[in-house]
Amino acid sequence: MGKLIELKDIYKTYFLGEIDVPVLKGITLDIAHGEYVALMGASGSGKSTLMNILGCLDRPTSGDYLLEGEELGRASGDRRAMIRNRKIGFVFQNFNLLPRTSALENVIMPLNYTNNSLSRSECRKRGLAALEQVGIADRAGHHPSQLSGGQQQRVAIARALINRPPLLFADEPTGNLDSRTSVEVMEMFSKLNAEGITVILVTHSEEIANYAKRTIHVSDGTVISGAFKSKGA
Amino acid sequence: MRTTTTIRMSLISLKRNPTRTMLTMLGIIIGIAAVITMMEIGNGSKTSIRTSIEKMGANSVMVMPGSMRPPGGARVGAGNAVSLIPADAEAIGNECPSVGAYSPVVRGSGIHVVFGNVDWEPGNIYGIAPAYLDIRAWEIADGRAFTNAEVDANARVCLVGSTIVKEVFGGMSPLGCELRIGEVTFEVVGVLKSKGANMMGMDEDDCVFTPWTTLRMRVTGLRYGNATNTSSTIADSPGSKFAISGLALYPEPDSRITRDHLFYAKHTQLNQIIFSAVSVDKIKDATREVSQLLRKRHRLKTEQEDDFRVFNSSDFMNMLNQTSTLMTNLLLGVALLSLLVGGVGIMNIMLVSVTERTREIGLRMAVGARSRDILKQFLIESVVLCLSGGIIGILAGHGMSLLIEKIARWPIESSPGAVAAAVLVSASVGILFGFYPAWKASRLDPIEALRYE
Ligand SMILES: Nc1ncnc2c1ncn2[C@@H]1O[C@H](COP(=O)(O)OP(=O)(O)OP(=O)(O)O)[C@@H](O)[C@H]1O
Ligand SMILES: [Mg+2]
Repeated sequence: MGKLIELKDIYKTYFLGEIDVPVLKGITLDIAHGEYVALMGASGSGKSTLMNILGCLDRPTSGDYLLEGEELGRASGDRRAMIRNRKIGFVFQNFNLLPRTSALENVIMPLNYTNNSLSRSECRKRGLAALEQVGIADRAGHHPSQLSGGQQQRVAIARALINRPPLLFADEPTGNLDSRTSVEVMEMFSKLNAEGITVILVTHSEEIANYAKRTIHVSDGTVISGAFKSKGA
Repeated sequence: MRTTTTIRMSLISLKRNPTRTMLTMLGIIIGIAAVITMMEIGNGSKTSIRTSIEKMGANSVMVMPGSMRPPGGARVGAGNAVSLIPADAEAIGNECPSVGAYSPVVRGSGIHVVFGNVDWEPGNIYGIAPAYLDIRAWEIADGRAFTNAEVDANARVCLVGSTIVKEVFGGMSPLGCELRIGEVTFEVVGVLKSKGANMMGMDEDDCVFTPWTTLRMRVTGLRYGNATNTSSTIADSPGSKFAISGLALYPEPDSRITRDHLFYAKHTQLNQIIFSAVSVDKIKDATREVSQLLRKRHRLKTEQEDDFRVFNSSDFMNMLNQTSTLMTNLLLGVALLSLLVGGVGIMNIMLVSVTERTREIGLRMAVGARSRDILKQFLIESVVLCLSGGIIGILAGHGMSLLIEKIARWPIESSPGAVAAAVLVSASVGILFGFYPAWKASRLDPIEALRYE
């Protein structure tokens, strides 16, 4: 299968006044279509920073980030916004749902920024289908404050899936969930991966990482193992 | 992002905080309400001035005795004796090419009219020539006007206004009735059409018109023997001087008065000469010709000032309009200032809102909102806020002017232009003062915004 993601010598340095804080120090890795990857490493090693760059939320200080062969690290803001909207689903540790807004409205929110001609009722239909997919269609009208953590994370996953992106990123998606709910969420990711979506997630737990087919270990801003797909996996 | 969606979203977010939304809009509401009220009152007074002037007669010009000098100011020559006499009126009619009709006017003040057991003091008793009615575009509702012959004959005929009909005659037709004016009995030959209140709010229909000769020589002369010229009153025909009320002396025996009798009236003082210009655009010419003529007739030297005053309706209208325009502009300035303050309030609350919703902005960016989507969202929110305020302000302002109309009885006139301007202005305030906060929101970095606590 062809390469979906290519990172070449990615550096990320935060400039805090006098001192420079180098966080990523030359990351090079490939991810192919349809992979299921877990990103592991000690706290502060730069996993989230890397995920944000992969998710086009942040820009690398130097190096190339190619998504389906297109350089995005230096692309225009509008282009990156378009990529975030159409090609990438991002699931956050803290869910990041809009408060006082129904689950359904939260799910269809990205469609507002999609340049298509979906009518409002079509949007709702699609939102309900996405909620169905994550198994909480019956909570469509509930506000985040009326949902459990696990349910909120499902809403967030449904939102990430609304535009049927080929890529799903999740930064510690089970970090705020108990073990039983974590299992449910992870099974959902496995199912999505089986349907062909490339899944990349960050975790601290070996158990969670075991759901993935490949693990990349990061330490102090560099990849120490799993940068390339092993022949056996 | 579709605009309708954005508008719906901003309405939702404004409804979420109704108290804050109301307080934020208050400045705009007050500003717009003030603008609307001012415009409606301004328009109303302009219209009422115009109709009053039209009632006065569109191209009528009045000449009154006396100088423009304030009383007590040093006066040279002329003096304040008789300054307008019937011969002046005649000369104006004969010698000024731009003058159309003219009429001498004599005023009877403090005179009561009596009919049956009703005693009434009309607001105005005027002695006039028939041309007066044409000049003032005042029509006869019933009966007839009196004629020039009756003027020449000092005839005891009169016209009454509709208020007199109501108050003195109890609403019945007064035609042919005998009305005592002062000590003299007149026959009512006509009823005037109603004119309503003039621009000073005085009832114009509370009036009695008689031939000016009759009023001057028989009524006012009898009461206070005109100080300026004795011959005018005393040398009148003895019969008419003592024409006692009660008997129908009409047509009176000595009504076939010859022109000679006018000789006695020649030096009597007139309260006013009213004339019309041949056309509206000749008002200025007519005014100038009359001034020159009167200066010549009164033998004023070049350094002497006029011993008469000339008013034409357009000057009068301009003067009144100027005052009301000044007031309107002044208050409009205050209203704009309040809009400015309101706009700053909007900007302030929008900045607060952007800060409060930093995470939301970050999230929207993370799922694909471009900078311009965020800019548009906050700009529309601020415009919706201002427009809502503007619409409330329009309603409040209109309500206010209705209230003023009811309580203070000021004329108002709704102004679609002002409403359109108010909508435009409030939307502009929204764009102007919402731009900076919206721009700030659109410049946020998605990662930092998402991390914002
Ligand atoms: N905005 C920032 N400014 C300065 N330093 C930052 C910033 N964001 C992250 N860092 C630094 O970068 C390093 C990596 O942070 P990052 O969040 O990527 O770690 P992580 O691997 O995700 O850790 P964890 O497992 O605890 O989530 C940390 O040392 C952190 O202090
Ligand atoms: Mg992290």
